[in-house]
Amino acid sequence: MEPMYTGSYQVAKDDYTSAGHASADIKRQLKQIGVSGDVLRRVAVASYEVELNLVIHSLGGELTLNVYPDCVQLVSSDTGPGIPDLAMAMKEGYSTANETARSMGFGAGMGLPNMKRNADEFNIESTVGVGTTITMGFHLR
Amino acid sequence: MEERPYHSVRLAKELCKGCTNCLKHCPTEAIRVRGGRAHILDTHCIDCGECIRVCENHAKVAVTDPLSMIKEFKYAIALPAPTLYGQFRGLTNPEYVIEALRCVGFADVYEVARGADIVTRAIREKLKQPDLPKPLISSACPAVVRLIQVRFPDLLDNVIDIRQPMEVAATIAKAEFVKKNNCAPEDVGCFFITPCPAKMTAIRRPLGQKKSAVDGAISILEMYGQLLPYVEKMMRDPSFQPATKYGVAWSTSDGEANAVCPGNSLSVDGINNVIRVLEEVENYKLTDLTYFEGNACLGGCVGGPLTFENNYVAKNTIRQMVNQMPEIHPDRDVPTSLLNKYPTKNDEEILPRDAIKLDENMAEAMKKMMRMNEIIERLPGYDCGSCGSPTCRTFAEDIVRGYCTEMDCVHIMRDKLKIMAQQMLEIAQTERS
Repeated sequence: MEPMYTGSYQVAKDDYTSAGHASADIKRQLKQIGVSGDVLRRVAVASYEVELNLVIHSLGGELTLNVYPDCVQLVSSDTGPGIPDLAMAMKEGYSTANETARSMGFGAGMGLPNMKRNADEFNIESTVGVGTTITMGFHLR
Repeated sequence: MEERPYHSVRLAKELCKGCTNCLKHCPTEAIRVRGGRAHILDTHCIDCGECIRVCENHAKVAVTDPLSMIKEFKYAIALPAPTLYGQFRGLTNPEYVIEALRCVGFADVYEVARGADIVTRAIREKLKQPDLPKPLISSACPAVVRLIQVRFPDLLDNVIDIRQPMEVAATIAKAEFVKKNNCAPEDVGCFFITPCPAKMTAIRRPLGQKKSAVDGAISILEMYGQLLPYVEKMMRDPSFQPATKYGVAWSTSDGEANAVCPGNSLSVDGINNVIRVLEEVENYKLTDLTYFEGNACLGGCVGGPLTFENNYVAKNTIRQMVNQMPEIHPDRDVPTSLLNKYPTKNDEEILPRDAIKLDENMAEAMKKMMRMNEIIERLPGYDCGSCGSPTCRTFAEDIVRGYCTEMDCVHIMRDKLKIMAQQMLEIAQTERS
């Protein structure tokens, strides 16, 4: 099914100065559309986490917001490097963030678990050398 | 029934040149320049007074009550904001200001700092309850509460349901005066001496209360000149029961948080800084925090647009004064009996004032949003304000809301004219050959 509303953002690797802009814009757009309450706030948290993941871990990628009549969907797809051990990556406290990310207070290993906790539906697919796609769904009402 | 909107911040039409200063500085994008002058959008304005500060032509004004209004009551009680004390350099004791207020015609004076003491205790009692939203957000700055209504409606549950210090002060002042002097309540008027237009609006359109206990607001700017000669004479009234240093410090940023919850609170001043932090609160990023104090003005109320003294100097004056006051916390100074005697809790829910949604119908809103994004693609992105909207994005929003058309953009207009000129030239040349 075609989304009723869609918007996408390019997120560059290591671009810490713009990090957070895409998720802030997603929140603003959702407010203008009329999404509010707990759903809005959960999308805000998850979109921030996924955006930061693109900056910290990926080689760059795209974050897409889709709005359906009954659900808000976030899709993050990057061009690599891919996650070798997904089960490990989903564990709280496990992080492969580099020194730069850690020096800025990131890399607590809570990104993916936080996304999963905030989304009503969470799916992650990753192939080393190809990339990672995360799809999150948030039910409206 | 919805009440007609009231705003203390207004436009003096004859002074407005239609420039873009206020347009660019309004934190809620509540101003548009149309037909050569500014217009304030009722739905978006939070009466913070930022536009008053930046208007070079003094076309943005705050409507407050004149001092002469106190004559409408048989007895007028002054409710000085503690910020008033910060206006007098070298002031060592609030009592001089209080005495000066009596000299200019007030029958009695009740310190809003004393109201702040009582509110401090009420908030501290509230903080003992389990399962409170985190952080609780101060309700003291009405511009911040209105900001939350307009831009962060989901955070209204975090706003503490305790009345503002001026309201508590007015209720007690009037009741005690009536009792002491055995007069009719309607003969007594309570006048807040205000540092800002937001409080004036909060009196006319109360937040969380059906009716304000305050009868009018006189700006500090108007009072300053009247009080100065008396304050300089430094008269004293020894019978006076003063507020604590904590109540007085509510006039400066962090004063409230320090009184209410010194262990785990955050104080933010300046409306744009407040917006940034509220975004974080909305994203559940500050849930380890117990109390949040936001002040629309830099430095707190001492930075109010209706004050006389420079806010940094006023803050220093308050600090020096507070340092000399005895160390008594409202916990000790405000008896529980007083707390129970007068209402401190809101009697009405604060409702959202949603000005963000593009349409009540979500499907329609999404269509408008799509159109908005298409328009934004065509706009130059200079955010120059020449169209009368603060940014290219708000301009696109104004178009989809039906308030203007793409031709109001001078850059699009110029490009269109270029094409037309080219076409006219071509037509002219065709005829010649």
